[in-house]
Amino acid sequence: MSITIRIPAPLRSLTGQSQTVEGSGGSVCDCVDDLESRFAGIKQRLCDDSGELRRFINIYVNGEDIRFLSGLQTPVKDGDELSIVPAVAGG
Amino acid sequence: MPIEVNIPAPFRRLTGNRARVSADGDTVEQMLADLESQFPGFRDMLFDEQERVPPHIKIYVNGQEIAALNGLETALKDGDTVAIIPAIAGGSPQATLTADQRERYSRHIVLPHWGEDGQRKLMAAKVLVVGAGGLGSPVLLYLAGAGVGTLGIVEFDTVDISNLPRQILHHMHDLGRSKAQSAKGSLTDNNPDVNVVLHETCLSSENALDIIREYDVVVPAVDNLATRYLVNDACVLLGKPMVEASVLTYEGQCTVFLPGQGCYRCLYPAAPPPGLMPTPASAGVLSITPAVMGPIQAMETLKLILGIGEALSGRLLLFDSLTMEFRQVRIRRDPNCAVCGDHPTVTDLIDYNDFCGIAAGR
Repeated sequence: MSITIRIPAPLRSLTGQSQTVEGSGGSVCDCVDDLESRFAGIKQRLCDDSGELRRFINIYVNGEDIRFLSGLQTPVKDGDELSIVPAVAGG
Repeated sequence: MPIEVNIPAPFRRLTGNRARVSADGDTVEQMLADLESQFPGFRDMLFDEQERVPPHIKIYVNGQEIAALNGLETALKDGDTVAIIPAIAGGSPQATLTADQRERYSRHIVLPHWGEDGQRKLMAAKVLVVGAGGLGSPVLLYLAGAGVGTLGIVEFDTVDISNLPRQILHHMHDLGRSKAQSAKGSLTDNNPDVNVVLHETCLSSENALDIIREYDVVVPAVDNLATRYLVNDACVLLGKPMVEASVLTYEGQCTVFLPGQGCYRCLYPAAPPPGLMPTPASAGVLSITPAVMGPIQAMETLKLILGIGEALSGRLLLFDSLTMEFRQVRIRRDPNCAVCGDHPTVTDLIDYNDFCGIAAGR
């Protein structure tokens, strides 16, 4: 069992259109780096140049916003679900 | 951690203009008594002559209206959030329904939690929908069908053929026509009782407060972030509930922001640079996604007016039509939010194109 990562529609061009990928790592930051090693360019869409999560993207671990947990250092473990949810403009 | 109580604007003269105060109590009744001891006169403003909370004032505990819980005996614990929200449905409901109205709304009137009382509340309510496009079309149609008394529409665009797959208020004979006029025609064809008020203008920092002020609930159904932030800030400043949704490609999001319980800026404190934001024109939007999310916005609006069910407040609903999944994540008010936080820095409307990094004149 690994970590289930839900990929939002705007980022699926980087994951071969996969909506869900399996990830690994002890923290959200580790998971992002793991994603980058497999889907080059995804980290730059999620994080700014200083490595901080972009303010128009939220990441939830098991439904909880990491901004109210430990940010990118929020620990994750096997079986957790990580959702990446960006701001969406359409209507 | 004590109980956090959100105070509506009309009551703040008693609380030194504070929008949020702390209180103690094991029940809502005890908490209100504590508020009276802290702010003498509070009880008189809240209760009527029969020592009851009148129907036009709703009290929510953690996003749930107390009428659906245990009323004034609803238990409270440290860390709970209580919101006191007066007059979601403004105006006086008409005394009785006509025979035609009883027939028209018969399938709703028989529903639990609805009845003729609920129908009259809807008919006295005023809802503003910003946009009559992909989301706005189904929102407006279902609110009109349900008999919401006044529907305001903010829309300045004209009908284009690329709109027709999803903007179901508009038809072939409306091509080139004002979307607002087209929408009004379709809505009154379904329900001539609805008072459709058109605001055929571009919503801006100059007019937003005056327009939004007149309504009970605001439903942004817009296709850009600058207008989302504008509507959000206006709703926070005016204390209006906002039922927000957005769509792109095969996905949608929806939530409800109640006054004092978070806002769009808490969720997304900043907009992406224009180059990093896919649009419906560039990435596409399947007609089914606003067809699903729009009626959800309509349902949340009806729930707020009727005071029934559990609002999507504190939850972000995520819809993926490819996997046909609905998921929810928890969202919260950010105490550091620039507009609704404990120490707001935004106390008036700003230049939202500038905020979103959009060049002037676009």
